[in-house]
Amino acid sequence: MHEHDVIVVGAGGAGLRAAIAAQEEGADVAIVSKLHPVRSHTGAAEGGINAALRDGDSWEDHAYDTMKGSDYLGDAPVVETLCKQSPKETIQLEHWGMAFSRDEDGRVSQRPFGGLSFPRTTYAGAETGHQLLHTMYEQLVKRGVTVYDEWYVTDLAVTDEERPEDRTCHGVVAYDIKSGELSGFRANDGVILATGGPGQVYDHTTNAVSNTGDGVAMAYRAGVPMEDMEFIQFHPTSLPSTGVLISEGVRGEGGILYNAEGERFMFEYGYASNDGELASRDVVARAELSEVNAGRGIEDEYVHLDMRHLGEDRITDRLENILHLAEDFEGVDGLEEPMPVKPGQHYAMGGIETDENGETCITGLYAAGECACASVHGANRLGGNALPELIVFGKRAGQHAAGRDLGEAQVTTGQQGEYELGEVDTPVEPGAVGATGTGDDAAADGGVRTETGNAAAGDVVERTVEAERERVQALMDRDEGVQHAEIRAAVQQSMTANVNVFREEAGLKQALRDIREARERYQDVFVKDPSRTFNTDLIQTIETRNVLDLAEAITLGALAREEFRGAHWRAEFQERNDDEWLKHTMLSWNDGTPELWYKPVLLEGEEKKYEPKIRSY
Amino acid sequence: MSTQIPEPETEAESEGAESETAPAETLPPAQQARLQRKAEERADREERAREEAEEEASSDENTYHLKVFRYDPEVKGKQEPRFDDFYVPFEKGMTVLDALIHARDTFDSSLTFRHSCRQAICGSDAFFINGSQRLGCKTQLSDLDEPVRVEPLPHAEVRKDLVVDMEHFFDQMESVEPFFQTNDLPDDELEEQRQSPENREKVKMSTRCIWCAACMSSCNIAAGDNEFLGPAAINKAYRFAMDEREGEDLKQHRLNIIEQEHGVWRCQTQFSCTNVCPKDIPLTKHIQELKREAVKSNLKFW
Repeated sequence: MHEHDVIVVGAGGAGLRAAIAAQEEGADVAIVSKLHPVRSHTGAAEGGINAALRDGDSWEDHAYDTMKGSDYLGDAPVVETLCKQSPKETIQLEHWGMAFSRDEDGRVSQRPFGGLSFPRTTYAGAETGHQLLHTMYEQLVKRGVTVYDEWYVTDLAVTDEERPEDRTCHGVVAYDIKSGELSGFRANDGVILATGGPGQVYDHTTNAVSNTGDGVAMAYRAGVPMEDMEFIQFHPTSLPSTGVLISEGVRGEGGILYNAEGERFMFEYGYASNDGELASRDVVARAELSEVNAGRGIEDEYVHLDMRHLGEDRITDRLENILHLAEDFEGVDGLEEPMPVKPGQHYAMGGIETDENGETCITGLYAAGECACASVHGANRLGGNALPELIVFGKRAGQHAAGRDLGEAQVTTGQQGEYELGEVDTPVEPGAVGATGTGDDAAADGGVRTETGNAAAGDVVERTVEAERERVQALMDRDEGVQHAEIRAAVQQSMTANVNVFREEAGLKQALRDIREARERYQDVFVKDPSRTFNTDLIQTIETRNVLDLAEAITLGALAREEFRGAHWRAEFQERNDDEWLKHTMLSWNDGTPELWYKPVLLEGEEKKYEPKIRSY
Repeated sequence: MSTQIPEPETEAESEGAESETAPAETLPPAQQARLQRKAEERADREERAREEAEEEASSDENTYHLKVFRYDPEVKGKQEPRFDDFYVPFEKGMTVLDALIHARDTFDSSLTFRHSCRQAICGSDAFFINGSQRLGCKTQLSDLDEPVRVEPLPHAEVRKDLVVDMEHFFDQMESVEPFFQTNDLPDDELEEQRQSPENREKVKMSTRCIWCAACMSSCNIAAGDNEFLGPAAINKAYRFAMDEREGEDLKQHRLNIIEQEHGVWRCQTQFSCTNVCPKDIPLTKHIQELKREAVKSNLKFW
């Protein structure tokens, strides 16, 4: 059993920032991560960090843009926290040595980005995430924070009171990938989940293979609601063959989108008559697919993103990484020809429900970064708002877990404030297979929680370790069955086909049926590799269970929300409906029988109320 | 990329969209007429394109032969290192990583290798491919001679199959004080330290390191001297030593670190590291620049 004050799960931008903040508060911190920190997918972020730094800009304008971009589903207190804190946190990165691109006067450069009323996106070429991740890891090394790298957290050690709001998280259980040892990690003050996005729910994604939504699924099964899971961002410019991201920075610098006719369709067909290519991401992704569906796509699949007119100097200076990606992964020279692009799954607006201090409804359990939902992005995230989210809310979660008083949160968590129960008509039973059964099948997908009672903290961790040991052993003991890769691929294909940019009821129901079938098959999943050394077969099998839970939550939310808002478009409901739907979709695991409920969105900011307006770009 | 033959009059399958979403506002009549004309021209062109596509649609049936190193100290039958043959169906644009994933998910789920981002930024999947250190995700199969030999990075301890122990590499990286240090921070927390675009350009390439260890594995000196800092760690030192924000005193401190017995002077300019670096960092050049700076600082009259 390892013991620390604060345990951070995940070592991307949010996890590193949380660890540094907790350590600065005087806590003994450890990071537990399935990847070495520099391998985190934050390193693949390209575009930039939004921060109101200059004369003529203000945090209020940034907040307004963010609320508009969120299609009025962002919670104003959280949005304002992000926009107020981002300048300070961005400059903090500079003070830690981050190699931002620079203007002639030596200041940090900023460029235009989608949905912004001011060019406030600070950047480091087209590799901002890489620079940010490495800068923060350098700070971690400087401070000597303990890192358990290549340890895979498989479960949270949480007490088992009836109501999630009464439960306490005492630590985590992790599997040492190098040796096959399972061990408890006790956290005296708090556990912070910073596990990133769920891109592996889809087969065409910009996300890494490691982005399997582990933290969200673990928190969900421990009783924390998932919030707004139906809102999945499809980035307008990913490479068709691989899903590799081409930064919004290309359009920020002046790149143009053309259809097969050579038309600048964003203007020509009136998708965004003012901002064109720099409309918000949901708008541009829908426009591209509308073009393809209208027969104006290239090879019936994608559109062209052209940056040739920017000239070699500017491209090399600000977008060099894009040239490499287009060349390496699509065989296209961006200086000589337009690049093929199409929408690809990129970011989850939803996730683990937290307040603006990163706290969940379970005492001692926090979340920050893409895995969390406070909600700062609402129904659609603006480009350049993810990296500031990591540093602003990673820091807050770290400080709070280590005991600093950040004041009363205005966002409520769990079923504690104002909320209403909801209903959704599903073609199959969602949730755990045999949720009401006895759960004697150790590989069953988490339907039965470990009986931890309200034992002492150390005992809660120990019992969770024991339960995980049995589960892993059961997976290893089987000699035959279904392989995780088959199950995962089936879910990914169904999600890409049915829960994409454009959604309709029949497709969503089909996805639920496919996910149910995958859950049934998962009961027979087995791990063929008998080794305890680097058993990636086992790791991916456990990840696949998390993929299943997230896919189901996304689809249930999409089926329940009968309106068009932000990234969520429904064939049957092509209008935003503020009378009915200015509320967050909440989904609780409820011991395996998912419960749908809603809580109102907070549009009241510090000094102003954000009135929902018609959203045009 | 699959070449799909466009069929008219069918709905889009994958998006479940019954109809295209028309733009919210109605368009002026002149524009509508223009769009109508364009649609007719398009129909003609599509007809021609379909005919061409049908001629081209010849699916690639060939497979690629991979010889992959296998070893697992724990599993009987894998304790003796060996090569396994995999025949992977080839698709245009397929990388070595794609082929390994296919082999693992289709033929043998115990085939083990690190990988994550698929786009040459996380640094997980450096392997020894046909005799040189390369990232699996960045290496096109079509550029390689068959059989494609995939082995773990040389000069590192093999844990299993293609997975090597990275600890020594990380230790070297972290031994050069790899973090920014300065005595000139502005007092205002909202004010950045200035840096000229030229100076940023000078350190730019050095900041691109993804810690993949291809260079360390390719270096003859590192192979013979376990204490040699290695190209990546020295490059990390360069990244800070050349950053004007750190100032002269710290630059001297940086030079003292890399001047140690197993530092820059061990480099024999064989350029192996530069040749294999997947991020095109001029590692050998950076090391030589540091040598020059070190000499200059020791001979104050230069």
